[in-house]
Amino acid sequence: MFWNKEMETLSLEKLRELQLERLKKVVKYAYERVPFYRKKFDEVGIKPEDIKSLEDIKYIPFTSKADLREVYPFGMFAVPLSEIVEIHSSSGTTGKPVVMGYTKNDLEVWKEVMARSLTMIGITREDIIQIAYGYGLFTGGLGFHYGALTIGATIVPVSAGNTRRQIELMRDFGTTVLCCTPSYALYLAEYAKDEMGIDPSGLRLRMGSFGAEMWTEEMRREIEKRFGIKAYNVYGLTEIIGPGVAHECQEQNGLHIWEDHFYPEIIDPETGEPLTDGERGELVLTTLTKEGVPMIRFRTRDITSLLPGECACGRTGRRIERIRGRSDDMIKVRGVMLFPYQIEQAILEIQGVEPHYQIILTRPHHLDEIEVQVEMSKETFSDEVREIEALRKKLEKRIEETVGIRVKVTLVEPKTIPRFEGKAKRVIDKREI
Amino acid sequence: MKIKQISVFLENKKGRLYEALKTLAQAGVNIRALSIADTSDFGILRMIVNKPEEAKKALEEGGFTTKITHVIAVGVRDEPGGLAEILKILYENDINVEYVYAFVEKSGEEALVVLRTNNLEKTIDILQAKGVKLLDSKAVENL
Repeated sequence: MFWNKEMETLSLEKLRELQLERLKKVVKYAYERVPFYRKKFDEVGIKPEDIKSLEDIKYIPFTSKADLREVYPFGMFAVPLSEIVEIHSSSGTTGKPVVMGYTKNDLEVWKEVMARSLTMIGITREDIIQIAYGYGLFTGGLGFHYGALTIGATIVPVSAGNTRRQIELMRDFGTTVLCCTPSYALYLAEYAKDEMGIDPSGLRLRMGSFGAEMWTEEMRREIEKRFGIKAYNVYGLTEIIGPGVAHECQEQNGLHIWEDHFYPEIIDPETGEPLTDGERGELVLTTLTKEGVPMIRFRTRDITSLLPGECACGRTGRRIERIRGRSDDMIKVRGVMLFPYQIEQAILEIQGVEPHYQIILTRPHHLDEIEVQVEMSKETFSDEVREIEALRKKLEKRIEETVGIRVKVTLVEPKTIPRFEGKAKRVIDKREI
Repeated sequence: MKIKQISVFLENKKGRLYEALKTLAQAGVNIRALSIADTSDFGILRMIVNKPEEAKKALEEGGFTTKITHVIAVGVRDEPGGLAEILKILYENDINVEYVYAFVEKSGEEALVVLRTNNLEKTIDILQAKGVKLLDSKAVENL
Protein backbone atom coordinates (compact mmCIF):
# COMPACT_ATOMS: atom_id res chain seq x y z
CA MET A 1 0.00 0.00 0.00
CA PHE A 2 1.16 3.53 -0.83
CA TRP A 3 0.38 6.79 0.89
CA ASN A 4 1.87 8.93 -1.84
CA LYS A 5 2.42 6.62 -4.78
CA GLU A 6 3.69 9.32 -7.08
CA MET A 7 6.57 10.34 -4.83
CA GLU A 8 7.28 6.86 -3.51
CA THR A 9 7.69 5.41 -6.99
CA LEU A 10 9.12 8.43 -8.77
CA SER A 11 11.55 7.36 -11.49
CA LEU A 12 15.16 7.56 -10.38
CA GLU A 13 15.91 10.14 -13.01
CA LYS A 14 13.15 12.41 -11.80
CA LEU A 15 14.04 11.76 -8.17
CA ARG A 16 17.67 12.83 -8.71
CA GLU A 17 16.49 15.91 -10.58
CA LEU A 18 14.18 16.84 -7.71
CA GLN A 19 16.90 16.18 -5.16
CA LEU A 20 19.38 18.41 -6.95
CA GLU A 21 16.87 21.21 -7.23
CA ARG A 22 16.03 20.92 -3.52
CA LEU A 23 19.67 20.55 -2.48
CA LYS A 24 20.66 23.73 -4.25
CA LYS A 25 17.78 25.52 -2.61
CA VAL A 26 18.43 24.28 0.93
CA VAL A 27 22.17 24.98 0.73
CA LYS A 28 21.51 28.54 -0.33
CA TYR A 29 18.80 28.88 2.32
CA ALA A 30 21.09 27.58 5.08
CA TYR A 31 24.01 29.74 3.95
CA GLU A 32 21.93 32.88 3.91
CA ARG A 33 20.06 32.33 7.16
CA VAL A 34 22.29 30.41 9.57
CA PRO A 35 25.61 32.05 10.59
CA PHE A 36 26.97 28.65 11.56
CA TYR A 37 26.70 27.40 7.98
CA ARG A 38 27.97 30.62 6.47
CA LYS A 39 31.09 30.42 8.63
CA LYS A 40 31.69 26.75 7.79
CA PHE A 41 31.25 27.33 4.06
CA ASP A 42 33.48 30.39 4.08
CA GLU A 43 36.22 28.56 5.92
CA VAL A 44 36.60 26.08 3.09
CA GLY A 45 35.86 28.66 0.43
CA ILE A 46 32.67 27.19 -0.97
CA LYS A 47 29.61 29.08 -2.13
CA PRO A 48 26.10 27.70 -2.59
CA GLU A 49 26.44 28.34 -6.37
CA ASP A 50 29.30 25.81 -6.47
CA ILE A 51 26.80 23.00 -5.99
CA LYS A 52 26.01 21.99 -9.56
CA SER A 53 25.41 18.28 -9.18
CA LEU A 54 24.46 15.92 -6.36
CA GLU A 55 28.07 14.69 -6.26
CA ASP A 56 29.19 18.22 -5.43
CA ILE A 57 27.71 17.75 -1.98
CA LYS A 58 31.04 16.19 -1.01
CA TYR A 59 32.66 19.66 -1.00
CA ILE A 60 30.37 20.88 1.76
CA PRO A 61 31.69 20.55 5.35
CA PHE A 62 29.98 18.08 7.68
CA THR A 63 27.78 19.06 10.60
CA SER A 64 28.38 17.13 13.80
CA LYS A 65 26.41 16.65 16.96
CA ALA A 66 29.09 18.68 18.78
CA ASP A 67 28.42 21.59 16.41
CA LEU A 68 24.75 21.51 17.33
CA ARG A 69 25.52 21.54 21.05
CA GLU A 70 27.77 24.55 20.69
CA VAL A 71 24.98 26.72 19.35
CA TYR A 72 22.54 25.69 22.12
CA PRO A 73 19.71 26.51 22.24
CA PHE A 74 18.53 28.23 19.04
CA GLY A 75 21.73 28.89 17.10
CA MET A 76 20.82 26.60 14.22
CA PHE A 77 17.35 28.06 13.65
CA ALA A 78 16.89 29.51 10.18
CA VAL A 79 13.63 31.31 10.96
CA PRO A 80 12.50 33.63 13.76
CA LEU A 81 10.95 31.88 16.76
CA SER A 82 7.53 33.17 15.76
CA GLU A 83 7.68 30.82 12.77
CA ILE A 84 8.53 27.85 14.99
CA VAL A 85 5.46 25.93 16.13
CA GLU A 86 7.06 23.06 18.02
CA ILE A 87 10.37 22.31 19.69
CA HIS A 88 11.99 18.95 20.30
CA SER A 89 15.20 18.14 22.01
CA SER A 90 17.53 15.21 22.54
CA SER A 91 18.17 14.13 26.09
CA GLY A 92 21.63 15.62 26.47
CA THR A 93 23.02 12.74 28.49
CA THR A 94 26.44 13.33 26.99
CA GLY A 95 26.52 17.11 27.18
CA LYS A 96 24.24 19.96 26.27
CA PRO A 97 21.05 18.86 24.55
CA VAL A 98 20.43 19.37 20.87
CA VAL A 99 17.41 21.56 20.17
CA MET A 100 15.33 21.37 17.00
CA GLY A 101 12.53 23.71 15.95
CA TYR A 102 9.79 22.82 13.48
CA THR A 103 7.87 25.25 11.32
CA LYS A 104 4.29 24.46 10.37
CA ASN A 105 5.55 23.08 7.09
CA ASP A 106 8.17 20.93 8.83
CA LEU A 107 5.37 19.28 10.77
CA GLU A 108 3.58 18.65 7.47
CA VAL A 109 6.70 16.93 6.14
CA TRP A 110 6.96 14.86 9.30
CA LYS A 111 3.31 13.81 9.04
CA GLU A 112 3.82 12.92 5.40
CA VAL A 113 6.87 10.70 5.92
CA MET A 114 5.34 9.00 8.94
CA ALA A 115 2.07 8.45 7.05
CA ARG A 116 4.05 6.86 4.20
CA SER A 117 5.97 4.70 6.69
CA LEU A 118 2.87 3.39 8.45
CA THR A 119 0.88 2.87 5.25
CA MET A 120 3.82 1.01 3.71
CA ILE A 121 3.49 -1.78 6.27
CA GLY A 122 -0.27 -2.00 5.83
CA ILE A 123 -1.62 0.19 8.63
CA THR A 124 -4.98 1.82 7.79
CA ARG A 125 -7.70 3.84 9.50
CA GLU A 126 -9.18 0.55 10.67
CA ASP A 127 -6.19 -0.01 12.97
CA ILE A 128 -5.91 0.74 16.66
CA ILE A 129 -2.40 1.97 17.20
CA GLN A 130 -0.89 2.00 20.66
CA ILE A 131 2.00 4.45 20.86
CA ALA A 132 4.28 3.40 23.67
CA TYR A 133 7.17 5.63 22.68
CA GLY A 134 7.68 8.51 25.09
CA TYR A 135 5.66 11.64 24.36
CA GLY A 136 7.27 14.99 25.04
CA LEU A 137 10.55 16.54 23.94
CA PHE A 138 11.60 13.13 22.61
CA THR A 139 10.42 12.81 19.01
CA GLY A 140 9.31 9.16 19.24
CA GLY A 141 5.83 9.56 20.68
CA LEU A 142 4.68 12.63 18.75
CA GLY A 143 6.26 11.48 15.48
CA PHE A 144 4.17 8.33 15.49
CA HIS A 145 1.19 10.31 16.73
CA TYR A 146 1.31 12.68 13.76
CA GLY A 147 1.68 9.81 11.31
CA ALA A 148 -1.22 7.83 12.77
CA LEU A 149 -3.36 10.97 12.94
CA THR A 150 -2.68 11.67 9.28
CA ILE A 151 -3.79 8.25 8.10
CA GLY A 152 -6.78 8.32 10.44
CA ALA A 153 -5.99 5.30 12.60
CA THR A 154 -7.38 5.13 16.13
CA ILE A 155 -4.61 6.36 18.40
CA VAL A 156 -4.02 5.13 21.94
CA PRO A 157 -1.47 7.73 23.12
CA VAL A 158 -0.30 5.84 26.18
CA SER A 159 3.36 6.97 26.00
CA ALA A 160 6.17 4.91 27.54
CA GLY A 161 6.12 3.01 30.81
CA ASN A 162 3.38 1.57 33.05
CA THR A 163 3.78 -1.91 31.68
CA ARG A 164 0.73 -3.50 33.30
CA ARG A 165 -1.53 -0.77 31.93
CA GLN A 166 0.00 -1.17 28.46
CA ILE A 167 -1.01 -4.81 28.41
CA GLU A 168 -4.48 -4.16 29.84
CA LEU A 169 -5.09 -1.57 27.12
CA MET A 170 -3.89 -3.91 24.42
CA ARG A 171 -6.24 -6.58 25.68
CA ASP A 172 -9.28 -4.38 26.42
CA PHE A 173 -9.07 -2.03 23.41
CA GLY A 174 -8.00 -4.73 20.97
CA THR A 175 -4.87 -2.85 19.92
CA THR A 176 -3.72 -3.99 16.48
CA VAL A 177 -0.44 -2.07 16.13
CA LEU A 178 2.23 -1.56 18.77
CA CYS A 179 4.91 1.13 18.50
CA CYS A 180 7.79 1.17 20.98
CA THR A 181 11.44 0.27 21.34
CA PRO A 182 12.20 -3.38 20.51
CA SER A 183 13.58 -4.08 23.96
CA TYR A 184 10.40 -2.74 25.54
CA ALA A 185 8.32 -4.92 23.21
CA LEU A 186 10.15 -7.99 24.47
CA TYR A 187 9.67 -6.84 28.03
CA LEU A 188 5.94 -6.37 27.44
CA ALA A 189 5.65 -9.91 26.11
CA GLU A 190 7.52 -11.33 29.05
CA TYR A 191 5.54 -9.29 31.57
CA ALA A 192 2.19 -10.25 30.06
CA LYS A 193 3.04 -13.92 30.27
CA ASP A 194 4.90 -14.10 33.58
CA GLU A 195 3.18 -11.44 35.67
CA MET A 196 -0.34 -11.37 34.26
CA GLY A 197 -0.83 -14.83 32.82
CA ILE A 198 -1.77 -13.35 29.44
CA ASP A 199 -0.51 -15.08 26.32
CA PRO A 200 0.86 -12.23 24.18
CA SER A 201 0.21 -14.18 20.99
CA GLY A 202 -3.49 -14.30 21.90
CA LEU A 203 -3.84 -10.48 21.69
CA ARG A 204 -5.36 -8.84 18.61
CA LEU A 205 -2.00 -7.29 17.78
CA ARG A 206 -0.99 -7.81 14.16
CA MET A 207 2.18 -5.78 13.74
CA GLY A 208 4.56 -3.34 15.31
CA SER A 209 6.96 -0.60 14.33
CA PHE A 210 10.06 -0.73 16.48
CA GLY A 211 13.13 1.45 16.68
CA ALA A 212 14.95 4.23 18.53
CA GLU A 213 17.68 1.76 19.49
CA MET A 214 19.93 -0.74 17.81
CA TRP A 215 18.51 -4.25 17.49
CA THR A 216 19.15 -7.48 15.65
CA GLU A 217 17.36 -9.93 13.37
CA GLU A 218 17.31 -12.40 16.26
CA MET A 219 15.34 -9.87 18.33
CA ARG A 220 12.94 -9.35 15.45
CA ARG A 221 12.26 -13.06 15.21
CA GLU A 222 11.77 -13.24 18.96
CA ILE A 223 9.26 -10.37 18.99
CA GLU A 224 7.41 -11.85 16.02
CA LYS A 225 7.25 -15.23 17.65
CA ARG A 226 6.14 -14.09 21.09
CA PHE A 227 3.36 -11.78 19.89
CA GLY A 228 2.58 -13.66 16.70
CA ILE A 229 3.00 -10.42 14.69
CA LYS A 230 5.13 -8.82 11.99
CA ALA A 231 7.82 -6.59 13.44
CA TYR A 232 9.16 -3.70 11.34
CA ASN A 233 12.19 -1.53 11.75
CA VAL A 234 11.88 2.26 11.87
CA TYR A 235 14.76 4.73 11.69
CA GLY A 236 14.97 8.37 12.53
CA LEU A 237 16.74 10.95 14.62
CA THR A 238 15.83 14.21 16.26
CA GLU A 239 18.46 16.16 14.33
CA ILE A 240 16.85 15.21 11.03
CA ILE A 241 13.14 15.11 11.93
CA GLY A 242 12.50 12.24 14.35
CA PRO A 243 11.10 8.82 13.41
CA GLY A 244 10.18 8.45 9.75
CA VAL A 245 13.49 9.16 8.05
CA ALA A 246 13.40 5.54 6.88
CA HIS A 247 11.15 2.56 7.46
CA GLU A 248 11.02 -1.05 6.36
CA CYS A 249 8.44 -2.17 3.86
CA GLN A 250 6.69 -5.52 3.98
CA GLU A 251 9.72 -7.18 2.37
CA GLN A 252 11.59 -6.62 5.66
CA ASN A 253 14.75 -6.25 3.67
CA GLY A 254 16.20 -2.84 4.37
CA LEU A 255 14.63 0.49 5.31
CA HIS A 256 13.44 2.85 2.57
CA ILE A 257 14.74 6.36 3.00
CA TRP A 258 12.30 9.03 1.91
CA GLU A 259 14.83 10.45 -0.46
CA ASP A 260 12.74 13.35 -1.67
CA HIS A 261 13.11 14.80 1.84
CA PHE A 262 16.34 13.32 3.16
CA TYR A 263 19.45 12.91 1.05
CA PRO A 264 21.64 10.01 2.21
CA GLU A 265 25.36 9.48 1.81
CA ILE A 266 27.67 6.84 3.19
CA ILE A 267 31.17 7.93 4.14
CA ASP A 268 34.31 6.41 5.54
CA PRO A 269 34.02 7.57 9.15
CA GLU A 270 37.73 8.12 9.40
CA THR A 271 38.56 9.98 6.23
CA GLY A 272 35.15 11.44 5.47
CA GLU A 273 35.45 10.20 1.88
CA PRO A 274 32.21 9.14 0.19
CA LEU A 275 31.67 5.40 -0.28
CA THR A 276 29.61 3.75 -2.98
CA ASP A 277 26.29 1.94 -2.63
CA GLY A 278 26.74 -1.40 -0.93
CA GLU A 279 29.79 -0.31 1.04
CA ARG A 280 29.39 -0.04 4.76
CA GLY A 281 30.20 3.21 6.52
CA GLU A 282 28.68 6.12 8.38
CA LEU A 283 25.33 7.49 7.28
CA VAL A 284 25.31 11.21 6.53
CA LEU A 285 21.97 12.94 5.98
CA THR A 286 20.93 16.24 4.48
CA THR A 287 17.40 17.53 4.89
CA LEU A 288 16.10 18.70 1.53
CA THR A 289 12.91 20.42 2.64
CA LYS A 290 13.25 21.41 6.28
CA GLU A 291 12.77 25.09 7.12
CA GLY A 292 13.17 25.42 10.89
CA VAL A 293 16.59 23.83 11.21
CA PRO A 294 18.00 22.79 7.84
CA MET A 295 20.56 20.06 8.39
CA ILE A 296 23.41 19.90 5.91
CA ARG A 297 25.55 16.77 5.81
CA PHE A 298 24.77 15.71 9.35
CA ARG A 299 27.00 12.92 10.59
CA THR A 300 24.62 10.44 12.22
CA ARG A 301 27.43 8.22 13.64
CA ASP A 302 25.24 5.30 12.55
CA ILE A 303 26.91 2.57 10.54
CA THR A 304 24.98 1.10 7.64
CA SER A 305 25.12 0.77 3.88
CA LEU A 306 22.86 1.82 1.04
CA LEU A 307 21.49 -1.37 -0.45
CA PRO A 308 21.93 -1.55 -4.18
CA GLY A 309 19.15 -2.75 -6.44
CA GLU A 310 15.42 -2.25 -6.61
CA CYS A 311 13.01 -3.38 -3.95
CA ALA A 312 10.21 -5.80 -4.79
CA CYS A 313 7.68 -3.38 -3.25
CA GLY A 314 8.14 -0.98 -6.16
CA ARG A 315 9.48 2.01 -4.22
CA THR A 316 12.41 3.76 -5.82
CA GLY A 317 13.99 5.37 -2.76
CA ARG A 318 17.15 3.60 -1.71
CA ARG A 319 17.19 1.38 1.33
CA ILE A 320 19.64 1.33 4.20
CA GLU A 321 20.39 -1.94 5.90
CA ARG A 322 19.63 -2.34 9.59
CA ILE A 323 21.92 -0.07 11.66
CA ARG A 324 25.06 -2.07 12.33
CA GLY A 325 26.79 0.00 14.96
CA ARG A 326 28.05 3.43 15.89
CA SER A 327 31.05 4.88 14.16
CA ASP A 328 32.47 5.64 17.59
CA ASP A 329 32.88 1.86 18.02
CA MET A 330 34.83 1.51 14.81
CA ILE A 331 38.40 0.30 14.96
CA LYS A 332 40.90 0.63 12.21
CA VAL A 333 43.54 -2.03 12.07
CA ARG A 334 46.22 -2.19 9.40
CA GLY A 335 44.09 0.23 7.44
CA VAL A 336 41.01 -1.99 7.55
CA MET A 337 37.81 -0.70 9.12
CA LEU A 338 36.11 -3.12 11.44
CA PHE A 339 33.46 -3.23 14.11
CA PRO A 340 33.16 -5.36 17.20
CA TYR A 341 29.78 -6.67 16.02
CA GLN A 342 31.43 -8.30 12.99
CA ILE A 343 33.67 -10.29 15.26
CA GLU A 344 30.73 -11.13 17.48
CA GLN A 345 28.80 -12.39 14.47
CA ALA A 346 31.66 -14.66 13.46
CA ILE A 347 32.05 -16.03 16.98
CA LEU A 348 28.36 -16.77 17.33
CA GLU A 349 28.35 -18.78 14.14
CA ILE A 350 30.45 -21.41 15.85
CA GLN A 351 28.40 -23.85 17.83
CA GLY A 352 28.77 -23.83 21.58
CA VAL A 353 30.92 -20.73 21.86
CA GLU A 354 29.72 -18.14 24.36
CA PRO A 355 29.20 -14.56 23.15
CA HIS A 356 31.70 -13.24 25.67
CA TYR A 357 34.71 -11.78 23.96
CA GLN A 358 37.17 -8.95 24.08
CA ILE A 359 39.31 -7.40 21.38
CA ILE A 360 42.82 -6.33 22.27
CA LEU A 361 44.81 -4.19 19.90
CA THR A 362 48.57 -4.01 20.18
CA ARG A 363 51.42 -2.84 18.00
CA PRO A 364 54.40 -4.93 19.01
CA HIS A 365 56.64 -4.44 15.95
CA HIS A 366 55.20 -1.35 14.27
CA LEU A 367 52.41 -3.51 12.97
CA ASP A 368 48.92 -3.77 14.43
CA GLU A 369 47.95 -7.06 15.95
CA ILE A 370 44.46 -8.05 16.97
CA GLU A 371 43.91 -10.54 19.66
CA VAL A 372 40.40 -11.78 20.24
CA GLN A 373 39.86 -13.38 23.58
CA VAL A 374 36.96 -15.80 23.67
CA GLU A 375 35.74 -17.61 26.72
CA MET A 376 36.01 -21.35 26.76
CA SER A 377 32.68 -22.91 27.60
CA LYS A 378 31.69 -26.24 29.05
CA GLU A 379 30.31 -27.27 25.67
CA THR A 380 33.46 -26.51 23.74
CA PHE A 381 36.06 -27.69 26.22
CA SER A 382 37.81 -30.84 25.15
CA ASP A 383 40.38 -32.88 26.95
CA GLU A 384 42.47 -32.95 23.80
CA VAL A 385 44.91 -30.20 22.94
CA ARG A 386 44.43 -30.72 19.24
CA GLU A 387 40.67 -30.29 19.50
CA ILE A 388 41.04 -27.04 21.37
CA GLU A 389 43.59 -25.93 18.81
CA ALA A 390 41.15 -26.88 16.07
CA LEU A 391 38.45 -24.76 17.71
CA ARG A 392 40.87 -21.84 17.99
CA LYS A 393 41.81 -22.16 14.32
CA LYS A 394 38.18 -22.39 13.33
CA LEU A 395 37.42 -19.15 15.19
CA GLU A 396 40.43 -17.44 13.62
CA LYS A 397 39.41 -18.57 10.17
CA ARG A 398 35.77 -17.52 10.59
CA ILE A 399 36.75 -14.08 11.91
CA GLU A 400 39.26 -13.60 9.14
CA GLU A 401 36.61 -14.48 6.57
CA THR A 402 34.24 -11.94 8.10
CA VAL A 403 36.54 -8.96 8.71
CA GLY A 404 39.20 -9.64 6.12
CA ILE A 405 42.23 -9.58 8.36
CA ARG A 406 44.11 -12.12 10.38
CA VAL A 407 43.50 -12.19 14.08
CA LYS A 408 44.88 -14.24 16.89
CA VAL A 409 42.27 -15.99 18.98
CA THR A 410 43.05 -16.82 22.57
CA LEU A 411 40.74 -19.03 24.54
CA VAL A 412 40.38 -17.85 28.10
CA GLU A 413 38.73 -19.28 31.17
CA PRO A 414 35.01 -18.72 31.67
CA LYS A 415 33.80 -15.56 33.41
CA THR A 416 37.17 -13.88 33.11
CA ILE A 417 36.02 -11.34 30.54
CA PRO A 418 34.30 -8.43 32.29
CA ARG A 419 30.52 -8.32 32.02
CA PHE A 420 28.78 -5.04 31.33
CA GLU A 421 25.33 -3.81 32.04
CA GLY A 422 24.23 -1.84 29.04
CA LYS A 423 26.97 -0.76 26.70
CA ALA A 424 29.79 -3.25 26.67
CA LYS A 425 33.40 -2.22 26.36
CA ARG A 426 34.67 -4.73 23.88
CA VAL A 427 37.83 -3.12 22.63
CA ILE A 428 41.03 -2.49 24.54
CA ASP A 429 43.44 -0.45 22.47
CA LYS A 430 46.98 -0.77 23.76
CA ARG A 431 48.59 0.66 20.65
CA GLU A 432 50.82 3.63 21.17
CA ILE A 433 50.22 5.94 18.30
CA MET B 1 37.86 -51.31 33.18
CA LYS B 2 37.80 -47.65 32.25
CA ILE B 3 38.48 -45.14 34.97
CA LYS B 4 37.44 -41.52 35.27
CA GLN B 5 39.91 -38.77 34.62
CA ILE B 6 39.17 -35.14 35.34
CA SER B 7 40.50 -32.49 32.94
CA VAL B 8 40.66 -28.78 33.67
CA PHE B 9 41.16 -25.92 31.24
CA LEU B 10 43.86 -23.58 32.49
CA GLU B 11 44.82 -20.29 30.99
CA ASN B 12 48.54 -19.67 31.02
CA LYS B 13 48.29 -17.19 33.82
CA LYS B 14 50.17 -16.91 37.05
CA GLY B 15 48.61 -18.82 39.91
CA ARG B 16 45.94 -20.73 38.00
CA LEU B 17 47.38 -24.17 38.70
CA TYR B 18 47.73 -23.28 42.33
CA GLU B 19 44.11 -22.07 42.42
CA ALA B 20 42.90 -25.33 40.93
CA LEU B 21 44.88 -27.49 43.33
CA LYS B 22 43.87 -25.35 46.30
CA THR B 23 40.23 -25.83 45.33
CA LEU B 24 40.73 -29.59 45.31
CA ALA B 25 42.55 -29.53 48.63
CA GLN B 26 39.67 -27.62 50.21
CA ALA B 27 37.24 -30.19 48.87
CA GLY B 28 39.32 -32.96 50.46
CA VAL B 29 40.21 -34.51 47.12
CA ASN B 30 43.40 -36.50 46.85
CA ILE B 31 45.28 -36.62 43.58
CA ARG B 32 46.61 -40.01 42.51
CA ALA B 33 48.11 -39.05 39.18
CA LEU B 34 48.58 -35.78 37.38
CA SER B 35 49.91 -34.32 34.16
CA ILE B 36 49.72 -31.05 32.27
CA ALA B 37 49.54 -30.67 28.53
CA ASP B 38 50.58 -27.16 27.68
CA THR B 39 50.62 -24.87 24.67
CA SER B 40 51.79 -21.27 24.63
CA ASP B 41 48.34 -19.97 25.59
CA PHE B 42 46.67 -22.58 27.68
CA GLY B 43 47.14 -25.87 29.43
CA ILE B 44 45.02 -28.89 30.19
CA LEU B 45 45.46 -30.30 33.63
CA ARG B 46 44.60 -34.00 33.72
CA MET B 47 44.20 -35.87 36.96
CA ILE B 48 43.12 -39.14 38.45
CA VAL B 49 41.64 -38.40 41.85
CA ASN B 50 40.03 -40.43 44.60
CA LYS B 51 36.67 -38.63 44.22
CA PRO B 52 36.17 -37.49 40.61
CA GLU B 53 32.57 -36.27 40.93
CA GLU B 54 33.30 -34.20 44.03
CA ALA B 55 36.41 -32.83 42.35
CA LYS B 56 34.41 -31.77 39.30
CA LYS B 57 31.75 -30.10 41.42
CA ALA B 58 34.28 -28.18 43.51
CA LEU B 59 36.23 -27.02 40.47
CA GLU B 60 33.12 -25.88 38.62
CA GLU B 61 31.92 -23.95 41.62
CA GLY B 62 35.34 -22.36 41.66
CA GLY B 63 34.78 -21.18 38.08
CA PHE B 64 36.92 -23.75 36.25
CA THR B 65 35.92 -25.47 33.03
CA THR B 66 36.24 -29.18 33.56
CA LYS B 67 35.40 -32.40 31.84
CA ILE B 68 35.38 -36.01 32.87
CA THR B 69 36.89 -38.36 30.34
CA HIS B 70 37.74 -42.02 30.41
CA VAL B 71 41.18 -43.53 30.47
CA ILE B 72 42.67 -46.82 31.57
CA ALA B 73 45.11 -47.50 34.39
CA VAL B 74 47.72 -50.09 33.53
CA GLY B 75 50.07 -51.98 35.82
CA VAL B 76 53.58 -52.05 34.33
CA ARG B 77 56.59 -54.11 35.38
CA ASP B 78 58.86 -51.71 37.23
CA GLU B 79 62.03 -52.49 35.26
CA PRO B 80 63.66 -51.36 32.02
CA GLY B 81 61.40 -52.04 29.06
CA GLY B 82 58.24 -52.42 31.15
CA LEU B 83 56.26 -49.69 29.45
CA ALA B 84 57.84 -50.35 26.07
CA GLU B 85 56.42 -53.84 26.21
CA ILE B 86 52.89 -52.51 26.55
CA LEU B 87 53.37 -49.93 23.84
CA LYS B 88 54.65 -52.63 21.50
CA ILE B 89 51.39 -54.53 21.92
CA LEU B 90 49.42 -51.42 21.05
CA TYR B 91 51.65 -50.63 18.10
CA GLU B 92 51.27 -54.13 16.71
CA ASN B 93 47.53 -53.82 17.00
CA ASP B 94 47.43 -50.47 15.26
CA ILE B 95 46.29 -48.49 18.28
CA ASN B 96 47.43 -44.87 18.68
CA VAL B 97 48.37 -43.58 22.11
CA GLU B 98 47.02 -40.12 22.73
CA TYR B 99 48.79 -39.59 25.99
CA VAL B 100 50.32 -41.44 28.87
CA TYR B 101 51.44 -40.40 32.33
CA ALA B 102 52.38 -42.07 35.59
CA PHE B 103 50.75 -42.51 38.95
CA VAL B 104 52.42 -41.26 42.09
CA GLU B 105 52.13 -44.69 43.73
CA LYS B 106 52.88 -48.22 42.83
CA SER B 107 50.55 -51.15 43.08
CA GLY B 108 52.56 -53.88 44.75
CA GLU B 109 55.65 -54.36 42.61
CA GLU B 110 54.15 -52.68 39.56
CA ALA B 111 54.33 -49.10 38.40
CA LEU B 112 51.02 -47.61 37.32
CA VAL B 113 50.41 -45.54 34.22
CA VAL B 114 47.40 -43.71 32.83
CA LEU B 115 46.80 -44.44 29.19
CA ARG B 116 44.50 -42.91 26.65
CA THR B 117 44.27 -44.27 23.14
CA ASN B 118 42.16 -43.66 20.10
CA ASN B 119 40.16 -46.82 20.88
CA LEU B 120 39.77 -47.61 24.55
CA GLU B 121 37.53 -50.66 24.15
CA LYS B 122 39.91 -52.37 21.80
CA THR B 123 42.87 -51.47 24.01
CA ILE B 124 41.21 -53.03 27.03
CA ASP B 125 40.40 -56.25 25.15
CA ILE B 126 43.87 -56.64 23.75
CA LEU B 127 45.74 -55.85 26.95
CA GLN B 128 43.54 -58.16 28.94
CA ALA B 129 44.04 -60.93 26.42
CA LYS B 130 47.79 -60.47 26.84
CA GLY B 131 47.45 -60.76 30.60
CA VAL B 132 48.30 -57.11 31.35
CA LYS B 133 46.89 -55.94 34.66
CA LEU B 134 44.30 -53.16 34.41
CA LEU B 135 42.91 -51.39 37.46
CA ASP B 136 39.21 -50.67 37.82
CA SER B 137 37.91 -47.49 39.45
CA LYS B 138 37.51 -49.15 42.81
CA ALA B 139 41.15 -50.22 42.84
CA VAL B 140 42.22 -46.70 41.90
CA GLU B 141 40.12 -45.14 44.67
CA ASN B 142 41.69 -47.49 47.23
CA LEU B 143 45.27 -46.80 46.27
